[in-house]
Amino acid sequence: MPPETTAAVPLTEQFKRGLDAPICLTWELTYACNLACVHCLSSSGRRDPRELTTAECLRVIDDLAAMQVFYVNIGGGEPTVRPDFYDLVDHAVARKVGVKFSTNGVRIGPAEARRLADTDYLDVQISIDGADAVTNDAVRGDGSFATARRAMDNLAAAGFGPFKISVVMTRHNVDQLDGFRAIADSYGAQLRITRLRPSGRGADSWADLHPTAAQQRQIYDWLLGHPDTLTGDSFFHLSAYGEALPGLNLCGAGRVVCLIDPVGDVYACPFVLHEQFRAGNVREHGGFPRVWRESELFTELRQPASAGACASCGSYDACQGGCMAAKFFTGLPLDGPDPECVHGHGEAALAGVSADAVPVSGPGHSRPVPVTISRRRP
Amino acid sequence: MTPFDADRAWRLNPQVALRPEPFGALAYHYGNRRLTFLKTPTMVAAVRALGERATAREALVAVGVPESQWPAYERALAALVDSEVIVAA
Repeated sequence: MPPETTAAVPLTEQFKRGLDAPICLTWELTYACNLACVHCLSSSGRRDPRELTTAECLRVIDDLAAMQVFYVNIGGGEPTVRPDFYDLVDHAVARKVGVKFSTNGVRIGPAEARRLADTDYLDVQISIDGADAVTNDAVRGDGSFATARRAMDNLAAAGFGPFKISVVMTRHNVDQLDGFRAIADSYGAQLRITRLRPSGRGADSWADLHPTAAQQRQIYDWLLGHPDTLTGDSFFHLSAYGEALPGLNLCGAGRVVCLIDPVGDVYACPFVLHEQFRAGNVREHGGFPRVWRESELFTELRQPASAGACASCGSYDACQGGCMAAKFFTGLPLDGPDPECVHGHGEAALAGVSADAVPVSGPGHSRPVPVTISRRRP
Repeated sequence: MTPFDADRAWRLNPQVALRPEPFGALAYHYGNRRLTFLKTPTMVAAVRALGERATAREALVAVGVPESQWPAYERALAALVDSEVIVAA
């Protein structure tokens, strides 16, 4: 068999049937977070008392090492607030499970930055959602832009090298793409942009924050002009504009990606923290490897999917019907168009969704909304 | 792409790990964090054999690649040199 041509089945088809271990695994270490971003995928805020213990986390890492998961994306919540955070990172990299972790920067002081700079197989992603404090803090909370910039300054001063700056694209920051790029360049950092999903608290903010149709085109054009921008394969629905964006361009949920949440629940992807997409728990017999290989949900996701309502669309091969999570949390059928379908089919479908058809994202771990009690003046 | 020299010794880059998969293998480079796909089991066998043979051509013969397919395999190996999956031994 000549090596350029894959066996009987093309590589993307092989991926859809699932791999022996995930290529890309996200692990949210804690639901605790100092921030309360309006689009938080995991509705984080309070720590869950059932959080995996240090010993349980170490076992998960050993399982990942045995499965040859090359790296894990660690997030939260704010992962660095776990007291054992650095122990877990050290254990992972010692087992050759590389770590890429996302942080809002709150705990990246000068000493932590030096420690991180001394660790191999480690990538750091600092999140900002605006190229200036006003735009960023409206989504991520007061002072969060300054906190993130301080962490970036500390990493740069420690000689960490090219860390990553991670941005969720919203209606308010699409025009700032060049600004984000300039911030990244000023640090010698890499820019990573990802798609806003209607998941977690994002379910409540999505309608107001998701990019307009014109802005989607703007993102696509910008990405074609800046092919070195990282996207986590986030915008594959935009490939329907014509040219495939770099990446696998398929939904990898339960096939090549999955998520482990702070209490050990395994979900098909980071954007579907919902009972319907929960495959199992790492605390069960057989641990994570068994969930990945044998769970009913993942087995089902690895079966050939029907194009459904998208079957007659000429772009289906390019966009694959888009993002499962985006459809699910907007109440759209999973075998139909993405809510942000570039041909507008999603918008039309959304118009027909009744409010009670939209799945409810639980309260998650959001902090209770503070009640302001007004006092009468004496 | 630089033409591939099949008459010299090559080996898997020590910074690269191979993970077997039904289609072949994933190759992960811990240095540049790049993931490469080895798309057939024979290609995986050839890459593994490189380190045990004096030349790449010998490795191809050892894993049973017929002469008619040497050019295709050598092009694929050249791509692996470019992505630093294999290095000169």
